[in-house]
Amino acid sequence: MTDTSFNTLQRTDIHTSEAARERLAKRYRKEAQFKYLGMGAVGVAVLFLSLLLFTVVLNAYKAFSYNYVNLPVTLNQSDIDPDQTGDLEVIGKANFGKIAKNSMKELLPFASGRKQRRALYGLMTSDLGIQVRQAVLDDPSLIGTTASIPVQLDDVADLYFKGDITPLRSIDVTGEVSTNGVEGTIEITSSSNDFAIIADAVSAHLKAEAARFELRVAAKERSKSRLQDQISEMGIRIDGASAGDVERLQNSLATLKSDFETASVQTERDIKKIAELNERISAAGSSEAVPSQIASFILKLNGGAVKVTSLAGDKIIGDVLIPLENGNPAAANQWSLVTLEKPEDNRKLSDRSIVWLDHLEKQGLVERKFNSVFFSAGASREPEQAGILGAIMGSIYTMVVTLLLSFPVGVGAAIYLEEFAPKNWVTKWIEVNINNLAAVPSIVFGLLGLAVFLNLFGLPRSAPLVGGMVLALMTLPTIIIASRAALRSVPPSIREAALGIGASRLQTVTHHVLPLAMPGILTGTILGMAQALGETAPLLMIGMVAFIVDIPGGPLDPATVLPVQIFMWADFPEPAFQQKTSAAILVLLAFLVIMNALAVVLRKRFERRW
Amino acid sequence: MTFFSSDISVLFEQPLFWLLLIFFACYYVGKSRALSLVNNQSRDLHSLPSYHGAYLGLWAVLPALGAWLIWVIVTPRIIENAVSSKFSDVLAALSLPQREAFLRDALALAFDGISSSTDKTRIAAGELVQQLSSQANLVLLIALTVMVVAGAVFAFSQITPAKRTRHVVERICMVALVAASGIAVLTTAGIVLSLVFESLAFFRKVPFLDFLFGLHWSPQGAFEAAGASEAELAEAAKRNGEVFGAIPLLAGTMLITAIAITVAAPIGLLAAIYLSDYASARVRGYAKPMLELLAGIPTVVYGFFAALTVAPFIRNFFDWLSIHTDEWFGFVIPASSESALAAGVVMGIMIIPFVSSLSDDVLNAVPQSLRDGSSGLGATKSETIRYVVLPAALPGIVSALILAISRAIGETMIVVMAAGLAANLTVNPLEAVTTVTVQIVTLLVGDQAFDSAKTLAAFALGLMLFCVTLALNIFALHVVNKYREQYD
Repeated sequence: MTDTSFNTLQRTDIHTSEAARERLAKRYRKEAQFKYLGMGAVGVAVLFLSLLLFTVVLNAYKAFSYNYVNLPVTLNQSDIDPDQTGDLEVIGKANFGKIAKNSMKELLPFASGRKQRRALYGLMTSDLGIQVRQAVLDDPSLIGTTASIPVQLDDVADLYFKGDITPLRSIDVTGEVSTNGVEGTIEITSSSNDFAIIADAVSAHLKAEAARFELRVAAKERSKSRLQDQISEMGIRIDGASAGDVERLQNSLATLKSDFETASVQTERDIKKIAELNERISAAGSSEAVPSQIASFILKLNGGAVKVTSLAGDKIIGDVLIPLENGNPAAANQWSLVTLEKPEDNRKLSDRSIVWLDHLEKQGLVERKFNSVFFSAGASREPEQAGILGAIMGSIYTMVVTLLLSFPVGVGAAIYLEEFAPKNWVTKWIEVNINNLAAVPSIVFGLLGLAVFLNLFGLPRSAPLVGGMVLALMTLPTIIIASRAALRSVPPSIREAALGIGASRLQTVTHHVLPLAMPGILTGTILGMAQALGETAPLLMIGMVAFIVDIPGGPLDPATVLPVQIFMWADFPEPAFQQKTSAAILVLLAFLVIMNALAVVLRKRFERRW
Repeated sequence: MTFFSSDISVLFEQPLFWLLLIFFACYYVGKSRALSLVNNQSRDLHSLPSYHGAYLGLWAVLPALGAWLIWVIVTPRIIENAVSSKFSDVLAALSLPQREAFLRDALALAFDGISSSTDKTRIAAGELVQQLSSQANLVLLIALTVMVVAGAVFAFSQITPAKRTRHVVERICMVALVAASGIAVLTTAGIVLSLVFESLAFFRKVPFLDFLFGLHWSPQGAFEAAGASEAELAEAAKRNGEVFGAIPLLAGTMLITAIAITVAAPIGLLAAIYLSDYASARVRGYAKPMLELLAGIPTVVYGFFAALTVAPFIRNFFDWLSIHTDEWFGFVIPASSESALAAGVVMGIMIIPFVSSLSDDVLNAVPQSLRDGSSGLGATKSETIRYVVLPAALPGIVSALILAISRAIGETMIVVMAAGLAANLTVNPLEAVTTVTVQIVTLLVGDQAFDSAKTLAAFALGLMLFCVTLALNIFALHVVNKYREQYD
């Protein structure tokens, strides 16, 4: 075809008219749109997956480490083992809680009074004494020395060092400060305008308060005018009302009037409050307290720490949290001003505790270690002592029971149905049954376990044995279906050959067909087990949700499993437990990934295709 | 490492372990006996020597195994009855849960467990249990020994070169295989029977129609009849009928399922279309495992995600939105922190891979010739998919969606963790609703007397759930069978 004839065609052909070209462009546009829609759908699914994993990992990684204090503990022979028996039983009975607390007191001697002492001990785990005792029992030669014993911090203190309690910000300072004391409440002045930032924060808070009151006044004024309208309307209605109604309407009027009065009083009070606030804002230089609803300001100088409690002109007045070593003036590079940006009212750790923790850290006593407790302890109500070993052991026992029950039964059923069963209505019915079981909600299996295994057979509650039995019934259809597919894929020639040389039908299956189908069967079994490992709902029904501290020692001991542990921890309000939940999820996902990888390897390496 | 704190010696206390040992010993003896009968010329035997071994082993072990299983199930009951009859005067004064607690304590005291109290009668009961169970153990030991010895001696005498032991052993194996496939049927029967019986007990306490059509659900107001007289029972049924109305639960389940399907159906279907018809092999290689990963994540993880991330996000988003709508239009959109939306969206994410993999199968089942024909007529890919492939695959897709709905209805952990407990009858996705599965979990977690209206209500709800999911599955199958185009 030459160019000319093509051009002629183009002109005459209806498919190349302007309208046709537009139609084609529209169709292509639609095509592209459809494609992007599909891409978007995949993208959204992947986005959700990454978001989920990201959330979990972000929360989890912090739970794998924990902050310990290498507490110097004075282990006097007289306190622990006065008779020098060296007997571990005698040593174990000593009051290590008191010894440890005394060491804390020595470490931070400026904690005075019961309340401060309690806050001091609260920095450490409630297991303080037990951990010191264990260290001494492990190494009795420590007695009589001052040993440095690593003990866990309290979970909130641990979170502080992980940066989850409050953001810290250092403020640049330029002046020289001088104080009028080293203890108690002191005044501090700076040669330059270093405290302006505190004054700004306070006045911003006051302004915000004033604005809040103004909003309230405005709302009250609106309701007042509405009430005013209603009152005048009511007056008109009373004038035109019949005698019977007058009294009722007058009562309403009285109510409205009293509402109006109340509103007026409140408004006036608020207006006064605004005026007072405005006065305080404008009267810079007079004394003004630093409220606990805004960020805290901590001054560190001469080896001590002062919390700013109020402002007086360019001076500040503060509580000494850690006594200063001397009252000398400090040059700009010798002192610092730190702000804890989360208001003290909104966090679980007081300014005082934070300053103490900083003090411990400055002495080099705080050490962040791998959180071995998380992997070696059972459940606990205290976040720092809670671990997942109990749940992991429970999961292992449950899975062993599940495997021992579901694998032989599932494979046996598959062999019968695929190799031996006559094709009649009974076997057909069994097949329909198995397919339906695969679609029954898992919680229904839990109900079955509760009604039959617990109540009818009287098996113990919370036992991995029962959990394993329930999960075995649940995974049975998966294993049967996978095994049947694997058996079906073995070519008939293998069977015919075996039968031909005189093997019985059972021998044919057990010696030839089953070994060839085994990789497929194992793959299906592993996938079924992975599903069972992540299953939670049926186990809640049979009481595996109980709070169990001990690590189970057998399939009849009460236990919980990893997913149920995750479920229980997810309900706890402490942020430390949120992190532990995520960490437990990561462990669970790791197990699942390993199992799935194993299934993939099995399939790739050993599965034969005929 | 002391991971396995229980000692190996525990094994030797297990009859099962001994029976296994005996089986292997007898297997070896039987095998050698058969061979010695024919002077190691195994071709003179009818069956292989191993069959003779298995024959002897099975004869020795199987009867004893059966006896042991019966003993395990029966003895606790006998002991319980003995204790109840001996202490009937004490037990008569106690209520049912107290009676159960008494028996539990007696068992605990007998086997070094932890008992809730240690009064004299309990200790006496514990001693009785101990005494009875040691007697029962002795009886078991003697019975099992007799059975093992008798079986072994009999089978040993039966072993001759001509004995067709292979037939016997293979028959037993076949019986075992049939029994294995029977377990699936037994499971279904167990589910149906347990649900139906407990539900019937429930419907004796609460009228069936009140349960099915009641608009009010607050099981904490459940009422137990004080006595067994006609009037009292009727009174209890009337009161319970008012607090066990399942409609709010059904509505909540439907709402969350609807949200889930709204999320999952388009995303799953479009993802399946894209992956099967558009994506390059490389993209498919990455995206498919991702979707499978999404399917492999345990539901409790989704629940955590819903409760920790999605629900607060939705709440905060609507709080933020409310500030603006309040400013511009003068109304706010209140969102509960346990909104149905959060649970529904996350459940939708969970069933995306389910929808996409089922749809993928269905789309792949549409013959290539249809696509080729459509392309030959000049249709673009999307036109082929929309006008040819999808209509051809429609029955399969509908059935996939129905299966997804059934899956969403039965899903438990996401709603337990992210949806609320308040049984609100609402269609507002921003309010908290509760579902059938949530209520089953709430009613059954924790210790309760087993035959109270509350626990039985869980079984009634379970029956409802079972019936609905079963009906949906059957319906899905029916849709496929009825409307499937036959291309071969």
